[in-house]
Amino acid sequence: MTTSTVLAAAGGVSGGEEVTFWILAPLALIGAIGMVAARNAVHSALWLVLTMLCLGVFYILQAGPFIGMVQIIVYTGAIMMLFLFVLMLVGRDASDSLIETLRGQRVAAILLGLGFAGLVGSAVYNAMDKTTAVGLDQANAEGNVQGIARLLFTKYVFAFELTSALLITAAVGAMVLAHVERRKQDKVDQVSTMKARFAPGNYPGPKPGPGVFATSSSVATPARLPDGQLTERSTPDILPVRELTAQETTLKGTDR
Amino acid sequence: MSPSILAQDPTLADFGRDPWWLVLGKIVFAFAFGLLATLLGVWFERRVVGYMQVRPGPNQVGPFGLLQTLADGLKMAFKEDILPKAADKVVYFFAPTISVICAVTALSVVPFGPMVSIGGHHTPLQVTDVPVAVLLLLACSSMGVYGIVLGGWASGSTYPLLGGLRSSAQMISYEVAMGLSIVAVFMTAGTMSTSGIVAKQAHGTQLSIGGFDLPAPGWYAILLLPSFVIFFIATVGETNRAPFDLPEAESELVAGFMTEYSSLKFALFMLSEYVAMVTMSAVTTTLFLGGWRAPWPITLWEGANSGWWPMLWFFGKVIALVFVFVWLRGTLPRLRYDQFMRFGWKVLLPINLVWILVLSGLRSIEDWDSRGKLIAVGIPAGILLIATLFWPNRRPQPKPTTQEQVDSRPYGSFPLPPMDLQVPPSPRITRVVAEREPANIVAGSDSREV
Repeated sequence: MTTSTVLAAAGGVSGGEEVTFWILAPLALIGAIGMVAARNAVHSALWLVLTMLCLGVFYILQAGPFIGMVQIIVYTGAIMMLFLFVLMLVGRDASDSLIETLRGQRVAAILLGLGFAGLVGSAVYNAMDKTTAVGLDQANAEGNVQGIARLLFTKYVFAFELTSALLITAAVGAMVLAHVERRKQDKVDQVSTMKARFAPGNYPGPKPGPGVFATSSSVATPARLPDGQLTERSTPDILPVRELTAQETTLKGTDR
Repeated sequence: MSPSILAQDPTLADFGRDPWWLVLGKIVFAFAFGLLATLLGVWFERRVVGYMQVRPGPNQVGPFGLLQTLADGLKMAFKEDILPKAADKVVYFFAPTISVICAVTALSVVPFGPMVSIGGHHTPLQVTDVPVAVLLLLACSSMGVYGIVLGGWASGSTYPLLGGLRSSAQMISYEVAMGLSIVAVFMTAGTMSTSGIVAKQAHGTQLSIGGFDLPAPGWYAILLLPSFVIFFIATVGETNRAPFDLPEAESELVAGFMTEYSSLKFALFMLSEYVAMVTMSAVTTTLFLGGWRAPWPITLWEGANSGWWPMLWFFGKVIALVFVFVWLRGTLPRLRYDQFMRFGWKVLLPINLVWILVLSGLRSIEDWDSRGKLIAVGIPAGILLIATLFWPNRRPQPKPTTQEQVDSRPYGSFPLPPMDLQVPPSPRITRVVAEREPANIVAGSDSREV
């Protein structure tokens, strides 16, 4: 019941599976090569997305629909999206400059890569050599999802919990490093900002322009406050306050 | 439930037996459904929002303005397709297509109806179903983010980039809430296939009130109400619809990620938004509202859940949900971005986790005897009740009156006018009216209003 024709029947390779493989395998390889070769960081990430999507489909082809979907949702959908997020924040023109910043980086990278490939290869070889495959029929006997769930929560529960503890530690570490802690008393909320603004000694609004509600429109005339008293703050400090002489107040004879 | 109706439920074994023309037909149907739903959906939204805002909405092109969207679409196709100089050409081209493909693909696992007979083949009204169909829906929505993010990035200008960044953060956060609320459905249904989830919602508990046996719906919207509410809120966030349409907040970001897009590429983004809205409504219907199954009063009729009728109930439910989307848009103002994120992570997520914990607790004591059940439920409930009763009261103090506030101001505060200030009417008002009056009379007598 659980095997629909979308999933490969355990054992033989169906025609559809073969066709899908031969279409997607080159695409996956192109994606992997493009990921390394692309100059632009975002392009590189997109090539990797292509490879991951192909891998997801391969998992589904191999009668592992759950892990295929999880591959697409978690890796392609969430993790690569976070990568893209960071890359976009860095800037769209963040292309590679082919200058080695660390001496001997390439040689070390090649050596380490070969070593890692050797490790994985030998591990897979050992695993394949010593275990006898029981076939998908038995593994998927009670359904693919149920089978994975049973293993995860019985045999591998410790490893599973350990991995989640590792992830949580990483997340907490990132938060500790990135989060700027502000003490509670340093935080000023809106209410206290307003209280400080209207406290005695602090002028709450923009200063009234000179001459506002005054008897004259001269810049030297102080404005009136709401209760009617004059405020000296409305006149500019640089204005010299002086009495006009009689000569200055007499008409200049220009109105004739 | 009679066996004839039970046989209508497709199981996973019923899929993958169709001839190629039937498969093609179903795919074309699902695709056409998406496109048609967009055409009618835009019209529906504009008419409904128009009704809510007391204006007619589009009513000129075709009967009731039904062809307005078609006209707009045709016009859009003839617009100049602008490619910005700073754009990343390939990614700029692919972004809208990614959006549309992801939105439409999700329709492939939505069950439109039960088993029907087409051309002599007994086949379910659903393109396909897999044991992890709901995960496929999640995958589609998470891949749909790429369309928006890449569109924003590839445009090579600031507003689209900011819109893209916002949307990626938004959709990832709300996907978490969405995935968690589906967990409750998985736990209750015991399956991840969409047809299986619909089948599990068939049998409700029988309520006997006053001797009558009322069949309560087995809908998960009622059984798992918190999950349903959170799922729908997350759906609104996931489809970038108001009040969560921050990636395209026009007052802040012009048009967000699609600022630089024009012509058919812009049309594709619009298409994907509306298809996503309809798809999400269909998914909500499937997961929580019993899918294609008829609601209660109709189920009194024996043949309600067989043949082609269920498609009608399904479309009815989808249209009702789309109406809710439009209703939200017509009612709620847009959230601020930090409020929105806080809502997702600090409200929806913890509520969801606690709810799942409670639900799994309830499920694990299902087999106990009634006394054990009573103890297991009663003690935590009692503790909770006592805690709420004796929780330190944080009722706010009664607000002081304005006069009290004025009196309590410290010495030297900014002076205020007296509280009983009588503002005399401005002498100018009467003068202006008196001067204008004759002018109005003259204008009325020998000139007509245009």
